[in-house]
Amino acid sequence: MSISVKNISKSFKKVTAVNDVSFEVKEGELFGLIGPDGAGKTTIFRMLTTLLFADKGTATVAGFDVVDDYKEIRNNVGYMPGKFSLYQDLTVEENLDFFATIFGTTIEENYELIKDIYVQIEPFKKRRAGALSGGMKQKLALSCALIHKPKVLFLDEPTTGVDPVSRKEFWEMLKRLQQKGITILVSTPYMDEAELCDRIALIQHGKILQIDTPQEIIKHYPKKIYDVRADNMYRLIESLKSFEHHYSVYPFGEYVHYTDKRDDFNPQELQQYLAANDHQNIKIKITKTTIEDTFMELTK
Amino acid sequence: MKNNNVIEVENLTKKFGDFTAVNSITFEVKKGEIFGFLGANGAGKTTAMKMLIGISKPTSGKAQVAGFNVFTQPEDIKKNIGYMSQKFALYDDLTVKENITFFGGIYGLSRAKIKEKRSELVEELGLGDIVNELVGSLPLGWKQKISFSIALLHSPTIVFLDEPTGGVDPITRRQFWEMIYKSANSGTTIFVTTHYMDEAEYCDRVSIMVDGKIEALDTPKKLKEHYKADNMNEVFLKLARG
Repeated sequence: MSISVKNISKSFKKVTAVNDVSFEVKEGELFGLIGPDGAGKTTIFRMLTTLLFADKGTATVAGFDVVDDYKEIRNNVGYMPGKFSLYQDLTVEENLDFFATIFGTTIEENYELIKDIYVQIEPFKKRRAGALSGGMKQKLALSCALIHKPKVLFLDEPTTGVDPVSRKEFWEMLKRLQQKGITILVSTPYMDEAELCDRIALIQHGKILQIDTPQEIIKHYPKKIYDVRADNMYRLIESLKSFEHHYSVYPFGEYVHYTDKRDDFNPQELQQYLAANDHQNIKIKITKTTIEDTFMELTK
Repeated sequence: MKNNNVIEVENLTKKFGDFTAVNSITFEVKKGEIFGFLGANGAGKTTAMKMLIGISKPTSGKAQVAGFNVFTQPEDIKKNIGYMSQKFALYDDLTVKENITFFGGIYGLSRAKIKEKRSELVEELGLGDIVNELVGSLPLGWKQKISFSIALLHSPTIVFLDEPTGGVDPITRRQFWEMIYKSANSGTTIFVTTHYMDEAEYCDRVSIMVDGKIEALDTPKKLKEHYKADNMNEVFLKLARG
């Protein structure tokens, strides 16, 4: 196992940030911690990267214990925190050189590993890190986290606040790093990114709700989901919520995801109900379950 | 301004030295509309929004917001709009009640009015239990719902929302959008930026900025037809990098 976490808990005064969490990440796996702000993702990262002690439980990373062998862990992992934490008044090149030196290596020695990513910011290597755009900062931070060729890479919300195009590019980079044999633990509040991981843990309020491959998690969703649409979205939501047999009603892009309490639900009946409530251009069809549906069901 | 436009922008431009952050954008937003303002990071959204809310002076062009000119009446604009961002939400070390009172005061509401609005808010959002809690101790989703309501305290014509749902859990994110629908339904104009493309589908019309220009502007349905895409995410991916 590349990462093994057993029953760890962490509280800050009255708040239980992480509550009896256990999971394992295999070597070479791309594992996602999926959950909103405040779920406890960052606290887990900080305990695994030896920056914070757990109150209870044990954990190993790359075979080393997070408490006893903290020095080995620091040499063997790369960590990209959620908040940009490079030196703003050093240039791109100086930052990278600094991190390489700290870890007793050089940019040249491991250039192959970061090449893909670094070439995109190399034209700006004389620019101060503080003056980079968000996307470029992210690429520099990733390069710095990789420069000592870590076995395990920790990425805490690398794509939060990033636009869809840059997010897509970032995940393509992660896939390439995974192919080079690096184990990756990544956290994200974007549910659509969950489907790009090998396995995921859904997490909320410091508790893990479910761990599995995205495909298995979707398979275990207990209900059939219907896409419903009509001309006035706001009124449609109101009407669906007043339908006595509704189980869940969630806006989902151009549709509303509807589930019914009954197993023998007939969409025809809902169609009639909506028509009777003056809705125009009603469409109802069965749709695919997403991780987001599952997450909402588990946190309902 | 034409009858029911809340925003009218014509060739609005902002330059920083040699760099053109916003390059001659033109658009209108109607009363009660939910207008999605999309674009990649660095495309110029924030700069454009700052001009519209009266805190950054345009280099050239024309713009009217809530009936006021961005060049000559920025103070009137500020009084007549609501604004909320992901970063600056509320004062963490004030209670929910104190935050409402404080912002009510800032917007120049009378004490009686603040009291009335406060009770309305507590009722509507079900804040009874937490009204005396420090805002800092609340989950992000709650903070965002409260700050949206606070942005509406003074009944503005239009409210600007800058990535209001980033990092918020999926259920609260949807409750937030139901609040948006509700206020749009009662006539408030909504101007919103987001990186969630499913949320772009909730907008009446969407504009997509690329390198300082508005490259596309239409209803989500028409944009999808035009770019032969199944959803707004595909539209965005097709446009945002040329």
